Amino acid sequence: MTDLTGLTMAAALDGLAKKDFSSAELTAAYVTAMEKARPLNAYITETPDQALAMAKASDARRAKGESRAMDGLPLGIKDLYCTKGVQTTAGSHILGGFTPTYESTVTQKLWDAGAVMLGKLNLDEFAMGSANITSYYGTVESPWRKAGDNRPLVPGGSSGGSAAAVAAHAAIAATGTDTGGSIRQPASFTGIVGLKPTYGRCSRWGIVAFASSLDQAGPMTRSVTDAAIMMGVMAGYDAKDSTSVDIAVPDYRAALDGSVKGLRVGIPKEYRVDGMPAEIERQWQQGIAWLKEAGMEPVEVSLPHTKHALPTYYIIAPAEASSNLARYDGVRYGLRVEGDSLDKLYENTRAAGFGAEVKRRVLIGTYVLSAGYYDAYYLKAQKIRTLIADDFKKAYQQCDVILTPTSPSAAFALGEKMDDPVAMYMQDVFTVPANLAGIPGLSVPSGLSSDGLPLGLQVLGKAFDEETVLKVGRVIEKAAAFSTKPSFLAGE
Amino acid sequence: MSGLLIEGSTGTWEVVVGLEVHAQVTSNAKLFSGASAEFGAEPNSQVSLVDAAMPGMLPVINTVCVDQAVKTGLGLNAAINRTSVFARKNYFYADLPQGYQISQYEKPIVGEGVVLVDLPDGSTKEVGIERLHLEQDAGKSLHDQHPSRSYIDLNRSGVALMEIVSKPDLRSGDEAAAYLTKLRAILRYLGTCDGNMEEGSMRCDANVSVRKAGDPLGTRCEIKNVNSIRFVKQAIEYEARRQVEVIEEGGTIVQETRLFDSRQGVTRSMRSKEHAHDYRYFPDPDLLPLVLTEERIETIKASLPELPDAKKQRFMEAYGLSAYDAGVLVAEQETSGFYEQVVTSSGDAKLAANWVITELFGQLNTAGKPIAESPVSAAALGQMIARIKDGTISGRIAKDVFAEMFATGKDADAIIEEKGLRQVSDTGAIEKIIDDVIAANQDKVAEYKAGKDKLFGFFVGQTMKASQGKANPGMVNEMLKAKLG
Amino acid sequence: MSMDKATVANIARLARIRLNEDELELYAKELSGIMGWIEQLNAVDTGDAEPMSSVVERLLPERADVVTDGGIQEDVLANAPDTAHGYYVVPKVVE
Ligand SMILES: [Mg+2]
Ligand SMILES: [Zn+2]
Repeated sequence: MTDLTGLTMAAALDGLAKKDFSSAELTAAYVTAMEKARPLNAYITETPDQALAMAKASDARRAKGESRAMDGLPLGIKDLYCTKGVQTTAGSHILGGFTPTYESTVTQKLWDAGAVMLGKLNLDEFAMGSANITSYYGTVESPWRKAGDNRPLVPGGSSGGSAAAVAAHAAIAATGTDTGGSIRQPASFTGIVGLKPTYGRCSRWGIVAFASSLDQAGPMTRSVTDAAIMMGVMAGYDAKDSTSVDIAVPDYRAALDGSVKGLRVGIPKEYRVDGMPAEIERQWQQGIAWLKEAGMEPVEVSLPHTKHALPTYYIIAPAEASSNLARYDGVRYGLRVEGDSLDKLYENTRAAGFGAEVKRRVLIGTYVLSAGYYDAYYLKAQKIRTLIADDFKKAYQQCDVILTPTSPSAAFALGEKMDDPVAMYMQDVFTVPANLAGIPGLSVPSGLSSDGLPLGLQVLGKAFDEETVLKVGRVIEKAAAFSTKPSFLAGE
Repeated sequence: MSGLLIEGSTGTWEVVVGLEVHAQVTSNAKLFSGASAEFGAEPNSQVSLVDAAMPGMLPVINTVCVDQAVKTGLGLNAAINRTSVFARKNYFYADLPQGYQISQYEKPIVGEGVVLVDLPDGSTKEVGIERLHLEQDAGKSLHDQHPSRSYIDLNRSGVALMEIVSKPDLRSGDEAAAYLTKLRAILRYLGTCDGNMEEGSMRCDANVSVRKAGDPLGTRCEIKNVNSIRFVKQAIEYEARRQVEVIEEGGTIVQETRLFDSRQGVTRSMRSKEHAHDYRYFPDPDLLPLVLTEERIETIKASLPELPDAKKQRFMEAYGLSAYDAGVLVAEQETSGFYEQVVTSSGDAKLAANWVITELFGQLNTAGKPIAESPVSAAALGQMIARIKDGTISGRIAKDVFAEMFATGKDADAIIEEKGLRQVSDTGAIEKIIDDVIAANQDKVAEYKAGKDKLFGFFVGQTMKASQGKANPGMVNEMLKAKLG
Repeated sequence: MSMDKATVANIARLARIRLNEDELELYAKELSGIMGWIEQLNAVDTGDAEPMSSVVERLLPERADVVTDGGIQEDVLANAPDTAHGYYVVPKVVE
């Protein structure tokens, strides 16, 4: 039999349809792979029994000719999505033992479409990080290694468990969330596809909030087609989320077949940062060349305020987080460290329950909102956010999509960049502007660094135009024909 | 002048008061969740996952709560803000599960307005409304269930409140009480809050300061959660005197939150607590700005009931009532409705007003009953008044009939029949009684004829007495005049 | 921008996170660095730009005033570290 875990979702759906294998077989292969992948620490919670039961139900549906869009496909779920009856941790000690009595809207849609849950994937604590090193449940290791160097690498973050699992074939695909690049940057580090949809496209209901005005759920897959399939299931209006937007969900997979001829690709002149490696610049030029070959027209665009995006983000995201994380107080769920007064209970619980990075951001957020500083920091950041969003609106009068590198570097080793928070924050320099502007962004693997590590290109689109983003991403995917596999594969 | 002036050792002090009223919005469900907003139930049984601030839960606003706030704003003659913004007020407290209250800060749904307050001396005063905003109520902490633990019930958590902030236009406890009374009446007329202070659906914080006439505003203290109109008056009067005393003894007023102890009638500092109040308000990113269309506002405007001020004016003009009587009748919507039914069934607006205000209110007061539980219906009272007008009973007998109606719930006709109270209007019968009275009092007749006019009342009284009060008083008067010459 | 330990202690108190002396020192240093980096925004001319709270250019959706939730005391209390008689339990709060 073929290596079932080597298949893309699209190929697996074909195989299932043709009865080449059952979901039970596919799922069993992934349960084995999930176990084999334990050294990566990609999963916090494995749910093999649930997975096999769901697979069986899927096979039964298929036997009756009632199969659905993602029927029988075994997914990993970022442990930021609340899953009914299955512990949900957000990578934090403070949610220790928390088992939701409810299911997030997006995961419910996936189960309703027939998908199978393998388990809950590791992440940076409360999705705060770019290397998956801040989780209470330990760091996640990338399945990749530099050529001739066996030091463990980070998978990127915060959806590092999702990226590592998908890249190592320990899940056919995974959900991620992206607040400042948390889907796209780990996707580029691990050689997979990651899509951050337009803000409001996917419901946030039931996903542990980090920064409410920036958080978006999205798919992490091994192909652009898979991203289109999964996106079609995850997207949609949800009356339970006041910021979700009520517009019809298009057929993303069908959109991939359209032509890109005549589309204009914007190249932002400000996206060249100091110290950016030459190979990143080369990837970018290569990407432009591929799109040109496909009939697209490159145009230079200007995003003048984009250089302020990162510090702006580091005001807005921590401010919202400081408020969103106030509910973790040891009273209604999760960790409690007793104290002889209620305030002491709060302080002890939160001191023990939050890790260093979360504390850092909660403190920053509290500070920038506090009396006397609000105008100088928070209000100022909100105004700059308007300017950044306006830059994109103007740029999109001249182009249909924008092409940039996803990340300023390839994956780095565990232990690198860890003593300087600002150096770590620089990881998100190319991804953060899309979150601030609310627009969709896709990372597609485009090639290898000189060290043999994956690099990604980012396609940004107009709000709610994921179709064009995916279509252009598919062009890059075809041209790049990226086929290198990480040194560790769980699924063979 | 109903302002409170305090004569201190250094001169005369003026009291300045502004009130913040938290009024629970009348609605089925909570402000941002689908849980019930009803009062009283098993602990934590009217709580959704949103109210309990479970991870990933999000607020969705209740459309009726928005309409109710707009309606209230219109009833307060206030500006309705076409765009308002929900903000988070961040602080940690046992009964605040989110760690923040969703409220409105810089852009409330309702702006400045005005309330016409009826003062005890019969005058009126305009009191400014600063703003009205929508916000979530907190849960409830029970401190007396366990020696070392507090119990938390989130049933109230997330119920919609309107915070109605007055301008510092009030000058005494009396004025504050009158303002609250009027505000409560308006809310009840509008049906946007039941105004029940005992159950906590209307709560009041008072900002009190003192100053010498013409001086700028003094430092204020906030007295929290005073739960009856009477206590608000008491608390303000106590607090004003306390502040004058502190200042005159050389001290200064520290801006602080104080609690009113209703048993001792004093206000007390909520010790410590003060440090580090920094609410870090910012627009709630889980919600979008609330935009009201002209059409929506117009629809609500068209649905407004006649409010107390307009009704009072109409009662004076249409029914010829005095300002006082009209004011009394419109104070509660139930009363004014009852009164108008009595007018309809009796056909006499003035008699109806007298009977409702004097006899009905008197009996209800003695019985300790609200008008909704009156044993005498408006129709029954109207019918009784009609019997006075058609001469079946006299006004005096009517008082007995009414007392009987109130005690038994029977209608006037039944009581009149049963007790044989029908008024005697038979000329022959009255003439006979008068002849008997004249015959028995020949000495008085002589005195009367000699010019002692005052004795006329004596003959009337004797005649009525002899008829057991049933003789038609008008006819008695006429016939006596004729007989006595 | 340098943030002293007293400032950090104050915001830690607002955020209800207990920090010991060493942590105060550490965060004072780290936050000073981060805030110093953020301060580059002071130089940005924002003109008359409106502050943006959400990118969603839509009307706030509203729900009908219908009781659709509640009656789930068991779910509400399911994860609580301490409960009694249907209540959450915390150390006594002194008013
Ligand atoms: Mg207030
Ligand atoms: Zn309030």
